[in-house]
Amino acid sequence: MSETKAKTNHIGLEKSDYQGAKSTLCLGCGHDQITRHIIAATYESGVDPYNVAKASGIGCSSKTGHYFINKGYGINSVHGRMPSVATGASMANKHLVVLGVSGDGDTASIGLGQFMHAVRRNTNMVYICENNGVYGLTKGQFSATSDKGARIKSGDVNDYSEIDLCQMALDLSCGFVARAFSGDAKQMVSLIRAAINHRGFALIDAISPCVTFNNLSDSTKGFSWLKENNVSLHKLGFVPPYEPVQYDIAVGTTRVVDMPDGSHIVVHKLSEKDHDPTDRIAALNILGRDRADQAHVYTGLIYYDSTSNAPLEDLMHLPDTALNAMDESTTRPSRDAFDGILAGFR
Amino acid sequence: MPSQYVNDFSIAVATVNGSGSASSNSILAKTIFRMGVPVAAKNLFPSNISGLPTWYLVRLSEEGWRCRTGHHEISVALNAATATDDIAGTSPGGVLLIDAALPQAKTIERDDITVYKVPMMELAKGFGPDPRLRKLLANMVYVGVLAELIGLDTNVLEATVADQFANKEKVVSLNLDVVNAGRQWARENIEVGSCPFRVEARDLTQGKMLIEGNTASALGALMGGATFCAWYPITPSSSLCEAFIDFCQQHRVDPKTGEARYAALQAEDELASIGMVLGAGWAGARSFTATSGPGISLMSELVGFGYYAEIPAVIVDVQRVGPSTGMPTRTQQSDLASCYRLSHGDTEHILLLPAGPEELYEMMQQALDLAERFQTPVFLMSDLDMGMNPWVCNEFTYPEANFDRGKVLDKEALKKVESFHRYADVDGDGVPYRTLPGTHHPKAPYFTRGSGHTSQAEYTEKADEYKEVLDRIKAKIRGSVSHTPPPVIEGSGDIGLIHFGSSSFAVDEARAVLAKDGLQTRSLRLRALPAHEEVLDFIRECKSVYVVEQNRDGQLTDILRLELPEIASRIQSILEYGGLPMPAKVVIDALRVGSPEPAHV
Repeated sequence: MSETKAKTNHIGLEKSDYQGAKSTLCLGCGHDQITRHIIAATYESGVDPYNVAKASGIGCSSKTGHYFINKGYGINSVHGRMPSVATGASMANKHLVVLGVSGDGDTASIGLGQFMHAVRRNTNMVYICENNGVYGLTKGQFSATSDKGARIKSGDVNDYSEIDLCQMALDLSCGFVARAFSGDAKQMVSLIRAAINHRGFALIDAISPCVTFNNLSDSTKGFSWLKENNVSLHKLGFVPPYEPVQYDIAVGTTRVVDMPDGSHIVVHKLSEKDHDPTDRIAALNILGRDRADQAHVYTGLIYYDSTSNAPLEDLMHLPDTALNAMDESTTRPSRDAFDGILAGFR
Repeated sequence: MPSQYVNDFSIAVATVNGSGSASSNSILAKTIFRMGVPVAAKNLFPSNISGLPTWYLVRLSEEGWRCRTGHHEISVALNAATATDDIAGTSPGGVLLIDAALPQAKTIERDDITVYKVPMMELAKGFGPDPRLRKLLANMVYVGVLAELIGLDTNVLEATVADQFANKEKVVSLNLDVVNAGRQWARENIEVGSCPFRVEARDLTQGKMLIEGNTASALGALMGGATFCAWYPITPSSSLCEAFIDFCQQHRVDPKTGEARYAALQAEDELASIGMVLGAGWAGARSFTATSGPGISLMSELVGFGYYAEIPAVIVDVQRVGPSTGMPTRTQQSDLASCYRLSHGDTEHILLLPAGPEELYEMMQQALDLAERFQTPVFLMSDLDMGMNPWVCNEFTYPEANFDRGKVLDKEALKKVESFHRYADVDGDGVPYRTLPGTHHPKAPYFTRGSGHTSQAEYTEKADEYKEVLDRIKAKIRGSVSHTPPPVIEGSGDIGLIHFGSSSFAVDEARAVLAKDGLQTRSLRLRALPAHEEVLDFIRECKSVYVVEQNRDGQLTDILRLELPEIASRIQSILEYGGLPMPAKVVIDALRVGSPEPAHV
C-alpha cells in the first residue's frame, strides 16, 4: 500500500483540521449542508482555525458552532444576543475571525434589535443566518422570516408579513449582503470565503430547509420548492490574495470585484440580466422583485461595498496590539499623569 | 442656642433645574472645601431637564460628617414653586435668603428666623438682556451674598470661579462681577457679622479631595486597566461611563497616531451592553459596564450565562429608587437582593459594597481583578447618593500591584500541562483554568456554552456531570472571601450595627452621637457578599444587632438570615427608603426610642 499524502491548504492544514463534532441535527437538515460549506470555505481559504471565534445564539442553527472547526473557539450564548457577544469579542481581539452562526428566531425575532445594531456599527464579522422560516427546536412554530401565506406542516398559515434580513441590512448600509441556498454548495462556499475577507459586517442570509417542520412541497423554504424556484444571480468564484486571477469565460460575461485586501470576487453572468453587486439600486431591485413575486428566491452576492463604511475596530482606532493583550504598562497612566488627574479634585 | 455656629451648619439652595445652578452650587461647596473645611454636598434633583424644583444641600462639619442632616440653618429660596415650603423648612434661628421678586417674599410670617430679601434677579438684570443668562447669573448673586454673610475667603472664591469656568476669561470676569454685585448689595444692606453661621478657614482638608463617586469609579476603571466598556445611558450611572471615556481620551490615546488603548461602545440597550462586556471578557479584555436597577433587570439572563459559562465581567450598579422606573433621581440600596441572585436557576454573585469615593476607586480595580480571578460577573454596588454627589475623601493612591489576570493558560503554559479541561477543578479551589480565543495550541480550544456541560466543556444532560460543575461554581463563589475585602469591625458594647455603602455615613455619625450619650455600639461595615465568617462571630458577640440599610424590605437582613439561620432571630432592620440619603437621625432615633431590646438570645 502506498502512502498518499493528504491534501493541504496554503497554511499546511488538512481539511480534517476544520472538522467539528458530529451533528445531532435531523438527517437531511439544511444546516448540516451549511456546516460543510463553512468547513470547505475556511479550509480552502486557509483560515487559521485557532483564530476563529464561533459565536451563536440559541436554536438548531446555533448548535452548529460545535459541528465545525474544533480548533476554533465556540461561544454558544443566549437567545438573540449573539451579535453583542460577538461585538465584544471582536473588540477584545480584533485579529479574531468572528463567524456568527444563528437562525431566523435569533436574528429576526428575539434578537432583531441586536442584529440591526451590529449591522449599523459595522462589527467586523461574518453573520450567517440559517434561515428556515420555522422554530425547529420548539417543534414547528412560524418565525418572522416565514413568507406571508406560507403553510406549515401543521397546516397553519402565516398571516403576517415576512422580515427580509437582506433588505434590512441594505437599508442599514451593510457593505456585504448575500442570500444563499444551503443546497448550492459552490455559490455558498464562495460567499463565505468572500465574507470572511470583507472587513466589516457581512451578512449571508442562507435559506436552509427544515426537513422536519417546514418542508412541504409548497414551502417556500423547503427543498423541493427551492430546487424549482431558486434563481442564482450569478456563478461566483473567490480568489484569495495569494492566488492569481484566472478565468476563461469570454470577456463581457464575467466581472471581477476587487476587495481591499487583494482578494477578488469573480462574478460570472448567468442570464441576460447581469446583476452588478456593486450597484445599490440593482440590489434594491433584486430584493423588491424577490418580495413582490414570491415565485422565486434570488441568491448570490446582492450587494458589495468595501469603501463606504469603516469597520467598527477602525472607528474605535484600535491599534495592532489587541485590547486583551494590554497590561499595566500600556493601560495605567504614569504617576505624573495620575497626580495631574488628582490635582483637578483639590 | 450658641450665638455663633462656626463650620457646623447646613445650607439648602432651592432653585429650578436647568437654570444653571449647578455651577454656582459647586463653586459654593468647593470654596468651603478649599478653605480647609470639610463639606458634604447633595444635589436633590428631579427626573427632568428644565423647570422643576432642585435643591442643593451643603453641609459643613469640622468633624467630617458626610450624611444629610435632614435640617438646614440657611435657606436660599430662588424658586417660586417651592418658596413656601423652603420658608417653612428653615430651622428655627436660621437665616433665609429669598429673591425679593418671589411673591412669597411679601408674606413671610416667621419671626424665629432672620430673613433677607435679596433682589437677585434684579441685580442680575444689570449684566445682560438675555433672560436665560440672567437666570444663570442670579445664581451667582446668591453666592456673592452668602460669601459676605458667612465669610467666604475672597481669594479662594475667585480662584474657584476661575476653575469652574475653565479660566475662560470673559465668562470668569462676568461671573465674578455678578458675585461682587451680590457682595456689594450685602455690605450695603446687611449688618455684616449679624449672621450666626460663619465659615472660618481651617486645615482640615489637607491631603483630601472633593470628587463625585462616579468619577472615582471611572478613575478606578482607568487605573485598573479596563480596556472595554459598553453601556446604555441611564440615570444615575451615565456619568460614570462618560468620565471613563474622558479619562481614556486623555490618557489612552496615542497623540501621534490617534490609536486608542481602549474601546467604549454605547449599546442599544442593557442586554447588548452586558452581552458585549461578556464577549470581550470571554476574549480576554478587562471589561465593564455601569447601569442602574432597570438595566440590572434587563441584564438578568446574560448575567446567568456569565455565571454558568464562567466569564469575567464587572457591572457597576449605581442604585436608584425602584421598583420599575421608581424615582430615577433618588437614592436607595434596593438592588442588593436582585444582584446577589440575579438570573434564573441557582446563582450567586460576588458583590462589592464600597462606601465613598476612595472605596469606589479601590474596589473598581479590585472588581476587575476578582472578575478575572474567579471568572464570573462581579458587581460593584454604588448608589445615586455616592455616585452623583461630590464627597470629601482622602487622596487616592497610585496602584502598586500588577493586575491579577487569573488562571489563564497561554501557549507556553499549555506546553507544560498534561491536559486542559476548561471546567475542571485542578487546584481544589473551585477556580478552573481558561484559555483565550486566538491561543495557538492544540490543547487550547474549547466550546463555551450556557447549556449543561461537563468539566471538560462537553454538552451534557447527565445529572452527575451537571452537578459536578454547578457545585464547583458554588464552592468557587463561596471561596471568593479569600480575595474580597473583609468587613471593618470597630467599637464595643452589646448593640451591634451592620451596615454598608452610603448608609455607613449615617451610622458613623449616629454612633458618635450615641457614644456622647453614653451608648457604646459595635459596628460592622460589610464590604462584600458572600459574607466573611467574621459576620457570624460579630452577631454572636452582640446582644442585639441592627442591620441599617436603605430599602423597604431589609434586603441585607434577609440575606444574612437565610445564610446564617442560627442567628436569624437576633437581627432586625433599621430602614430608610424614601429616596433621600439616610440621615444619622434615623439610626439615633431607632436606638434611643426604638426599644433596643436585646433580641432573643
